[in-house]
Amino acid sequence: MALLSVRNLHARVGDKDILKGIDLEVGAGEVHAIMGPNGSGKSTLASVLAGRDAYEVTKGEVLLDGKSLLELAPEARAAEGVFLAFQYPVEIPGVGNLHFLRTALNAQRRVKGLEELDAMDFLQMAKEKSKLVQLDAAFMNRSVNEGFSGGEKKRNEIFQMAVLEPRLAILDETDSGLDIDALRTVAGGVNGLRSPQRAMVVITHYQRLLDYIVPDKVHVMASGRIIRSGGRELALELEEKGYGWLGLQDGKGAATKGGEARR
Amino acid sequence: MTTDTLQELTRRPYAAGFVSAVEADTFPPGLNEDVIRALSEKKGEPPFLLEWRLKSYRHWLTLREPTWQAVTYKSIDYQAISYYSAPKFKPKKDSLDEVDPEILRTYEKLGIPLVEQQRLQNVAVDAVFDSVSVATTFKDKLAKAGVIFCSFSEAVREHPELLRKYLGSVVPHSDNFFAALNSAVFSDGSFVYIPKGVRCPMELSTYFRINAAETGQFERTLIVADEGSYVSYLEGCTAPQRDTNQLHAAVVELVALKGATIKYSTVQNWYPGDAEGKGGIYNFVTKRGIAHERAKISWTQVETGSAITWKYPSVILKGDDSVGEFYSVALTNNLQQADTGTKMVHLGKNTRSTIVSKGISAGRGQNTYRGLVKVLKSAENARNYTQCDSLLLGDKCGAHTVPYIEVKNASAQVEHEASTSKIGEDQLFYCRQRGISQEDAVSMIVNGFCRQVFKELPMEFAVEAQKLLGVSLEGSVG
Repeated sequence: MALLSVRNLHARVGDKDILKGIDLEVGAGEVHAIMGPNGSGKSTLASVLAGRDAYEVTKGEVLLDGKSLLELAPEARAAEGVFLAFQYPVEIPGVGNLHFLRTALNAQRRVKGLEELDAMDFLQMAKEKSKLVQLDAAFMNRSVNEGFSGGEKKRNEIFQMAVLEPRLAILDETDSGLDIDALRTVAGGVNGLRSPQRAMVVITHYQRLLDYIVPDKVHVMASGRIIRSGGRELALELEEKGYGWLGLQDGKGAATKGGEARR
Repeated sequence: MTTDTLQELTRRPYAAGFVSAVEADTFPPGLNEDVIRALSEKKGEPPFLLEWRLKSYRHWLTLREPTWQAVTYKSIDYQAISYYSAPKFKPKKDSLDEVDPEILRTYEKLGIPLVEQQRLQNVAVDAVFDSVSVATTFKDKLAKAGVIFCSFSEAVREHPELLRKYLGSVVPHSDNFFAALNSAVFSDGSFVYIPKGVRCPMELSTYFRINAAETGQFERTLIVADEGSYVSYLEGCTAPQRDTNQLHAAVVELVALKGATIKYSTVQNWYPGDAEGKGGIYNFVTKRGIAHERAKISWTQVETGSAITWKYPSVILKGDDSVGEFYSVALTNNLQQADTGTKMVHLGKNTRSTIVSKGISAGRGQNTYRGLVKVLKSAENARNYTQCDSLLLGDKCGAHTVPYIEVKNASAQVEHEASTSKIGEDQLFYCRQRGISQEDAVSMIVNGFCRQVFKELPMEFAVEAQKLLGVSLEGSVG
């Protein structure tokens, strides 16, 4: 059985339907990429999986290792092992990065009936994990994401993922706003976290990220549905031919968005 | 945000809201010269003090209650208040054995045991219960350092010369409506004197408790730090939960002589009233310090209680190179109202002041920062930095910032920064996605917002303040 099963998932905001029947099966150890033009519902899918209040699920189900997630609060889903790397990581002024992360980890451990980590043990573990994305110590004591560059924010997301060790990691446009060096670092971090027990869903607009994080499967989303699935070659073909190839309209067009990513 | 959760959690009782069964000697309600004479006589005061009280009272009669502050309340009937209430058993302060055990239990219940062995080793406490000081701890140890720390009444008896010199020297009896009232009827409070060049060996603190119903609490605190001395002082306050509003009109005067430093911290948790705004303390307080040459006065306040807070701890920067600081966290939840801020009056050359104000509004709370930075002609090279941040939780509360700046010297540098933010769904979701519950997330975000102020509090109290903030906010985001 797949680790993540999404079946006929429908969701909306207000009276606007955004997800119109998503089916997705991701096995443990697999990395799936979800691509699609702007407005296709990619980020909504990520938010709905993580349990954001703003979206109302109208139909379908989401199972993690056979357990239904949809009734659970976001924090309960996190404790079940769902992790979302945000497209726009949020700043929390005055709250130290490490303090935040330790609070999160210990909250999850409490739910699992594990003992909380004390400050020393946590620090040691965090230091070890921070090497994965090359974050230095000074950075860890700053307020959560406050004054971080785009690249630092994304590296911080991957660092958090390394510490929280989720079963399901959803990466929402982790490549957006990164220059090529930062992209390599972040992708290196993600690759370091691939494991036979873990499933990953990588949401991206561009093929470029998939040069570094090589997916087992690629899905293309449009208008709230997955309209095509295939192997890695699907992404390459999409890159070559553009979303227009699948008869899709991209508000800004794939080429312009590429320009934004290089900025 | 669901109103259900909000309602459920704001019903959480105020932990300090119990009433102690202490027999009290209480004046009947009402105020006139005879009441003041009786009060003065009861306390065995010298004639100069009675004269001062009467002078204040007569002046008070000519004043009108201020209405400029951004708070609303039914006008107070000053004849319906009792101006004196003391536990019947007259405690002799030399020994705690003679304090009514019920009072000791009250303080213990509040987490302020007065038995010295149980206290934090480095904090001395003066406990004020209704109108009188019931105990002061660690007096011997302080006396060895030459520090005087006692109740106001005791200072009247033991140190009348110091009192006469400094009483009303910072906040004159005619200063304002509530200060004049206090000067007429104040019952007790704390007195501190730190001799020249002495660094006070421990934190000093006063814990105010209103117990009796229908009484007002009018205490005075006077702290004199002689040349080159240092003292850190903390006050805490709670009151039982009652349906009627009670008036607390205190005066605090600080005198920092040449090169002295006074650090004054407040953790104010008076009963705020219930979720419908019934009951609660009216906290109308005048606090001011005067800083002489190279002296420094630092106010830190964490205000989470009271139905209405009206206070502006201020510094008169009289001496050259003197420093004034004001760090404030004011939280209003439910129907609480706060109009608070500071006044920094620059007189001396190279005087510097810093104002950091953090206002948090939740429920239907209204929070106003009102501050004055005044640079007089004599204040060459004066500097001020002001930062006012407001945080809103929910959409029924309000935050207001009313800064006044008056500069009469062109060499002054005055900076003002202000921000208003809402705890965003984004921030909450981010925390929850990482596994942190909604309540903990709110508390964490708010504490982060206040960090600049909390780090100014003495260690022991910073933790208390953080907890208090957590409790006061419970249920503010559903």
